[in-house]
Amino acid sequence: MKAAVIVFPASNCDRDVAVSIERTSGVKPLMVWHRETTLPDDLDLVVVPGGFSYGDYLRSGAMAAHSPIMREVKSRSERGLPVLGICNGFQILTEAGMLPGVLMRNARLRFICRDVYLRVETHDSLFTDRYETGETVRIPIAHHDGNYFADDATLKEIEDNRQVAFRYCDEEGEVRPEVNPNGSRANIAGVFNRDRTVLGMMPHPERLAEDILGGADGKPLFLSLVEALS
Amino acid sequence: MKARIHITLKNGVLDPQGKAVGHALASLGFGGVEEVRQGKYIELDLTETDRAKARETVDRMCRTLLANTVIENYEIDLG
Repeated sequence: MKAAVIVFPASNCDRDVAVSIERTSGVKPLMVWHRETTLPDDLDLVVVPGGFSYGDYLRSGAMAAHSPIMREVKSRSERGLPVLGICNGFQILTEAGMLPGVLMRNARLRFICRDVYLRVETHDSLFTDRYETGETVRIPIAHHDGNYFADDATLKEIEDNRQVAFRYCDEEGEVRPEVNPNGSRANIAGVFNRDRTVLGMMPHPERLAEDILGGADGKPLFLSLVEALS
Repeated sequence: MKARIHITLKNGVLDPQGKAVGHALASLGFGGVEEVRQGKYIELDLTETDRAKARETVDRMCRTLLANTVIENYEIDLG
């Protein structure tokens, strides 16, 4: 699997995700600076990593969404190239109009950095094939703007098309308002585009992708991608 | 020409920051505030002298970058 990781000024999870990709695929991903305008033709995956691109100026992800490389990412994604956005990457993909909705300031206004439980809503995607549908996984979040919002009509569309990838839940897998860390509508932690070729998620699978890190629940996501795209 | 842009959250979109500001005002003893909605104000200095053209361009700026129309409304004043 040949992957590219996009690097913006103030990306800070780019190297972590590169390690996860290399450890699962055996191939070092290409690190692509935001000023680049093209991606290689034989690419299998683009990762838009976490961080605080452009200092979160204006709105989180707003400036990065209009950087030169994102024009190329968007146009290649429209032709089917899979894209994974994590945390700030998720914010960037919504701002670029590649995923529905928007990530707002956390409901309780605090930056939250801790492990959360997620229910995998479907294993039927190239990102989640190595999970079971309904499985509960533990993956950390670290964000200030993770409060997923979509208006009623968009939310209905997302639910009808089964575009929700992950929801915040308790340890037993029950999705309850009390375990919603940031105020996200319908406890949404990650969404797909309609074709399930783009996934945006606030939790950081790359931060718990090896037992030595304290857990490996993030690893199946990378293994799924390697299996689907190699 | 100056363009003054007010960006506000759409009705129905929760504004936790506005709420926190409201609580702070109440705890400082300022009564009678029913709701606080926080927004952004952006000022642009434009070289364009044609008002219609300026409005058209600034409107495009708002839709493209300055506002996220999923959650925000914007108003443009030219002067």
